[in-house]
Amino acid sequence: MDFTLKIWRQLDAGSKGKFETYQVTNVSPDSSFFEMLDTLNQQIIDQGEMPVSFDHDCREGICGTCSLFVNGRPHGPDTGITTCQLHMRRFKDGETIVIEPWRAKAFPIVRDLVVDRSAFDKIIQAGGYISVNTGCSPDANAIPIPKRAADLSMDAAACIGCGACVASCKNASAMLFVGAKVAHLGLLPQGKAEASRRVQQMVAEMDSLGFGNCTNMYACEAECPKEINVSTIALMNRGFFMAKIFCEKEEL
Amino acid sequence: MNPLNARIPEGPLADKWTNYKASCKLVNPANKRKLDIIVVGTGLAGASAAAALGEVGYNVKVFCYQDSPRRAHSIAAQGGINADKNYQNDGDSVHRLFFDTIKGGDYRAREANVHRLAEVSNNIIDQCVAQGVPFARDYGGALDNRSFGGAQVSRTFYARGQTGQQLLLGAYGALSRQVANGSVKLYNRRDMLEVVLVDGKARGIIVRNLVTGEIEKHFGHAVVLATGGYGNVYFLSTNAMGSNVTPCWRAYKKGAMFANPCFTQIHPTCIPVHGDFQSKLTLMSESLRNDGRIWVPKKVEDAERLRKKEISPNDIQEEDRDYYLERRYPAFGNLVPRDVASRAAKERCDANNGVSHSGLAVYLDFKDAIKRFGIDTIKARYGNLFQMYQKIVDEDPYQVPMMIYPAVHYTMGGTWVDYNLMTTIPGLFAIGECNFSDHGANRLGASALMQGLADGYFVLPYTLGSYLADEIHSPRMTTEEAPFKEAAGEIDAMLNKMINVKGSQSVDNLHKKLGKIMWDYCGMGRSEKSLTKGLELIKPLKDEFWNDIKVPGGLNEYNPEVEKAGRLIDFIELGELLMKDALNRKESCGGHFREEMQTEEGEAKRDDDNFRYVATWEHQNGEHILHKEELVFENVELKQRNYK
Repeated sequence: MDFTLKIWRQLDAGSKGKFETYQVTNVSPDSSFFEMLDTLNQQIIDQGEMPVSFDHDCREGICGTCSLFVNGRPHGPDTGITTCQLHMRRFKDGETIVIEPWRAKAFPIVRDLVVDRSAFDKIIQAGGYISVNTGCSPDANAIPIPKRAADLSMDAAACIGCGACVASCKNASAMLFVGAKVAHLGLLPQGKAEASRRVQQMVAEMDSLGFGNCTNMYACEAECPKEINVSTIALMNRGFFMAKIFCEKEEL
Repeated sequence: MNPLNARIPEGPLADKWTNYKASCKLVNPANKRKLDIIVVGTGLAGASAAAALGEVGYNVKVFCYQDSPRRAHSIAAQGGINADKNYQNDGDSVHRLFFDTIKGGDYRAREANVHRLAEVSNNIIDQCVAQGVPFARDYGGALDNRSFGGAQVSRTFYARGQTGQQLLLGAYGALSRQVANGSVKLYNRRDMLEVVLVDGKARGIIVRNLVTGEIEKHFGHAVVLATGGYGNVYFLSTNAMGSNVTPCWRAYKKGAMFANPCFTQIHPTCIPVHGDFQSKLTLMSESLRNDGRIWVPKKVEDAERLRKKEISPNDIQEEDRDYYLERRYPAFGNLVPRDVASRAAKERCDANNGVSHSGLAVYLDFKDAIKRFGIDTIKARYGNLFQMYQKIVDEDPYQVPMMIYPAVHYTMGGTWVDYNLMTTIPGLFAIGECNFSDHGANRLGASALMQGLADGYFVLPYTLGSYLADEIHSPRMTTEEAPFKEAAGEIDAMLNKMINVKGSQSVDNLHKKLGKIMWDYCGMGRSEKSLTKGLELIKPLKDEFWNDIKVPGGLNEYNPEVEKAGRLIDFIELGELLMKDALNRKESCGGHFREEMQTEEGEAKRDDDNFRYVATWEHQNGEHILHKEELVFENVELKQRNYK
């Protein structure tokens, strides 16, 4: 298969970027999107130029490193996948493919298609955990957890932190990411003790980092590679309001 | 004199760790604040160690090459984590987990280390549940278990097909909590390129900032490597693209010996290779072997027609299918250990019964399981894996059997460590997959997650404290002192040399060349002939690298080609040592199969009289010197492994 690629090239966060056009030929329909880009980069290297930078690592859809905006959609024209799970058989021979980085104020560009998502780490550091020191935990079966709660918690915990939710949102909102963590921990008995503190701190951090608000478009859910449900946002909002109403300020 | 002292505590096996903990030296809380620890890598071992060390009050600096610690490759582990809780009342115990692990490793691991691993396994599950890891549960709310290869009890805890992810997110949460309270400082997008020695002790590291290209110097009273395995020496493996041996290899060249490099694990259930452009292989969890049945057509003619896609696997009648694992190993059937399952697949494909267009694949069939449990149960158990398969192969595994083939997955060999997890460089520790210690010649499924977290949460905090108790009088050094400047200067010179070769071969092309030599001559089957040939072929690669590599761009910028090139030269050097080690070990054990050494039935034949040792290599002036750590077995009887 042959493709025309329009790829966003940008030296660093401070520079101005632009689209460059490339031709890539003889691509197997069985190759992954990144294997197609590998082929392109080999061509570019052979010509003595700088290859296109893009983030990728596990190439099996779980590490959440990859972050391409392909033909106007995060992770490309398929659902429930990351970019590395996108295969060229999804495209038509001869098609023009437009490749961009995640675009959000909170995710500055590092180079070309690579962005800095450390804002997500900062949100987790604000409270996305259960405060338990190593070695002071009761027997694992001491607290029975209803299967349904464990399953719902697992659904939310499947988030890979890729940022597709932010990239797909016209407000660059991180609410699905935060909601997923709040739901994952809040649905379990172990996570309830500090639930109100957690939700308040994580939301405050999210706001301070420049992410936008949710206006119920649900693009995040549609584009989430792990299909995290927007009901986690509702859980987060509910937890947040309850905490604000019933919690003493000192509890923060 | 043998430089290797494993420092195994005295006393009966079951008491060694308890006695060690009761008598090891401690550091008081006020002094902990004065001690700096560097942890390299944020997978299960690194993240758990950094978190646990931060919790007790040390100053920790943690480094990873990824953009976030949460992305370390532990995240990709699917199947589960072992622990001897015996929640299923099926006769599990510390001794049984210890025994299965030693036996699964083909008696090439230390008894004391493995026993300690089995002892702490239960604490890990408790810890992870407390952190909010959503393990699978039954309707009563209790934890569920599944069985895994190499064991006859159900001791594997799991979170759907994403156990590694959930455990890592637990450790990442604990780590993030320490980052928030200031005890851990996080350095992402950094490649560790050198360990700094001061008076023979590890005192820091040199890293490259991958965003700016800047060479940075960092001081620590101790350095912990948690940098994972070296499977990418084969180019194609189930490892992440960035997984590398560089930190361990640079430490090796500074004096940290490297053990059993030839012990590499080829995982039986991966999606087969589909073309030359391929960049990595994808694993399908071993848990699939719980319900899936592995077969190839009995008749070579059928296999040929399947390869040409003239017929579908569903057209092959029951009597024409060879369920070769069930046939050869009736006691364990499809649940034999990985090395056995991989070799059996290779044997069938070599006999021309393989399928897929290449003939290098076997079927993993869920037809019977779907009939027995219903499609919904199978969906609940393996839904995400089936979906992943379908995306890659474009076939529906609910309708047609999956095609699988073995691929390089895990490396049991690694940096040599003593019982304290300290390398032969004082103050340099190695934990998780990057050390050699607990899995012998073959790792059992669901044991890697166990070892990573055991080392990080429950072993290192004690053993490192014991070392640091003698370091409380060592003041912090500034990184402007000579040893740091020299080390940084050497790295700078090396990088400059590399980028100025301006040859004609791209990093990927040379890496593919290396990988092909490794796989063809030192893959699932190895012989004196293949290894001699392989060594001959691999030797010129080093010169090829230094004379012909092409690294575009500059050093002082974001440049993934620089990262990849630096990793490649270390893989080339390691590849040579790996083959040398494989040539030295004239026995078949675990993942290391020497074709000259097999029983009449084609099973691996160990040579306990001559090879019951850890082959430990020392780097001296460009030469690799072999030292042997004899393995002493006082509690288990060495037997030929039998899964029949």
